[in-house]
Amino acid sequence: MPITYTSGEQIEVYRFSIPVTVGVPLLALFLQAFVPRRFPFFSIFDLPLLVTIFFAMARRNPVSGLFTGAAIGLVQDMLGAYPIGIYGIAKTVVGYGASSLGAKLDVENAGARLLVTLGFYLVHAAVYFAVARGMVNMTLNWSWSRGILAGLANAVLGVGLYFLLDKFKQRT
Amino acid sequence: MESVLGRYRNLTILVGVLFLQLLGLAVQVKRSADAQNTRLIRIWAVDTITPFERALVWAQNGSSNLWHNYFFLRGVRAENRQLKQQIEQMRLEQVRLSEDAGQARRLQQLLAFREQVIAKTVPAQVIGSSGSDLSQSIYIDKGSNEGIKPDMAVITANGIVGKVLHVYDSTAQVLMINDQTSGVGAMLEKSRLQGVLKGTPDGAVILERVMSDEKVAPGDTVLSSGGDQIFPKGLPVGTVTKVSAGREMFLKIEVKPAADLSRLEEVLVVTEKQEQNAVVDNAGRVRAADILAQRLPSVPDKPVVDAAAAGASVNVKVGAGQGANAATLETPAKGSASKPVAIEHSGTPSIVKVSNGGSSATANAGANAATAGNASPKASQVPAKIVPKAASSDAVPTSSSAGAAKSNVAGAPAKPLIETPKAPVTQPSPPPPSVADDPH
Repeated sequence: MPITYTSGEQIEVYRFSIPVTVGVPLLALFLQAFVPRRFPFFSIFDLPLLVTIFFAMARRNPVSGLFTGAAIGLVQDMLGAYPIGIYGIAKTVVGYGASSLGAKLDVENAGARLLVTLGFYLVHAAVYFAVARGMVNMTLNWSWSRGILAGLANAVLGVGLYFLLDKFKQRT
Repeated sequence: MESVLGRYRNLTILVGVLFLQLLGLAVQVKRSADAQNTRLIRIWAVDTITPFERALVWAQNGSSNLWHNYFFLRGVRAENRQLKQQIEQMRLEQVRLSEDAGQARRLQQLLAFREQVIAKTVPAQVIGSSGSDLSQSIYIDKGSNEGIKPDMAVITANGIVGKVLHVYDSTAQVLMINDQTSGVGAMLEKSRLQGVLKGTPDGAVILERVMSDEKVAPGDTVLSSGGDQIFPKGLPVGTVTKVSAGREMFLKIEVKPAADLSRLEEVLVVTEKQEQNAVVDNAGRVRAADILAQRLPSVPDKPVVDAAAAGASVNVKVGAGQGANAATLETPAKGSASKPVAIEHSGTPSIVKVSNGGSSATANAGANAATAGNASPKASQVPAKIVPKAASSDAVPTSSSAGAAKSNVAGAPAKPLIETPKAPVTQPSPPPPSVADDPH
């Protein structure tokens, strides 16, 4: 069993089958586009972000993580109304950060996952707003209460989702 | 150099990928026609996602229709009865409103106003959303194949929804009014104050650019002003829910959208608008008599009709213009029950004025005038009758109080206004001009 040694710790690196690699992000994007129409509260979740964080942390490879984030983010941009690239940049940063973090820390337990997801949700929002306001000149307003609430909601959902997606992991 | 790149390989790739995306973003921002720049890429994404959404919507609607149309029909009879009553009330209300609208049109015509009307709409089904709570947009199942174009207004029966942003072959993206980047010209119905309707980060809607010294109260209705050149003027937008001080000298007015933007299923895309001079349209005018006629199944075809009963407040105009005698029963929506009954004939001396407050009755009808005389023996206070043959005129109240008719016109609960005539009626002489010839 190949083991990646990082910082003196033995951390397993996982890979995923091609159907899972392609299908899960697409399913997340589809659900994100379809479900809020029936259940408006669902729009507070960001399934593509959760999938990005999960794949990045499981693969523990920054290059793989940033490309996964970029791909998912760009497709999400294509479905939105704003210029393409805002989500792409934000999720690229998150993918890189999550995989880098995953290579250094044990993020297998629920508590760590909750905190990591909350943190990356806020990082994602910060990058998104920075790009949208600074570069695209969009008049977006940040709401701390809503941001924290959405971050917590995504973190809770993420913990459940990660355990579900753990079943698709394949050891390298 | 190579060693540095190799050492910081991951970081270098990250910077490269971010740089490429920033470059792409900059190109889009610089060129205003974003939709054209990224059209092909968006088509790929939309074509990938929307077929699944269509299939799911189709399956969902199919199962829902099966349940609602075949299995879950409990209470439909009661609901049908209730709706019929509601229709009657609304039709009577319509009479009053059409009078007001007619008057407004006449005034607009006098002033040579130009108005924008919705000429053509395309119904569409909502099949998806943007997938982000920061971007309030939806996808509909109609596109350029059905004549949809960017910047077309999207509405529902309740109110406006948004405008078409991107159009594809069989789908289109609609930017809703609660998106942060949207802007709709709106005005308050009562005060006619104009402002700009915008979305907020949490998906709410606010009306901006209304000066803080203006009086705006919760409950005020907001309409489209037509200033954005997208939505025709006068469409319902929403209702004011909260008013507070905003930035600088403006108010921050929170608006609850008239259309339920979070639960949209079907929408209408306004594909054609027409600008025309205000036209007084009498063809579609619904008269109170017509309404009443339909409420009177027991009234015989050619009855002799009492123009009014005691305490009546009914104006009956008998127009004889252009050889056609017209009888219109006007039941004032708001008026005193003690007002006299007035029967007017618009032709040559044909004005019959009847005052039923006491015993006076003035008849100034010429040879072709409607006649007025004493009514049935039982209804001794009823001073005038008209002998209409037209079905519509048959509806003139016979033995009922026209005051009751008035209250119904004003929107009172639908009760039988007029009882079946029991008292014998007398035919006045000489025979009046045939009101029955009234083509209306």
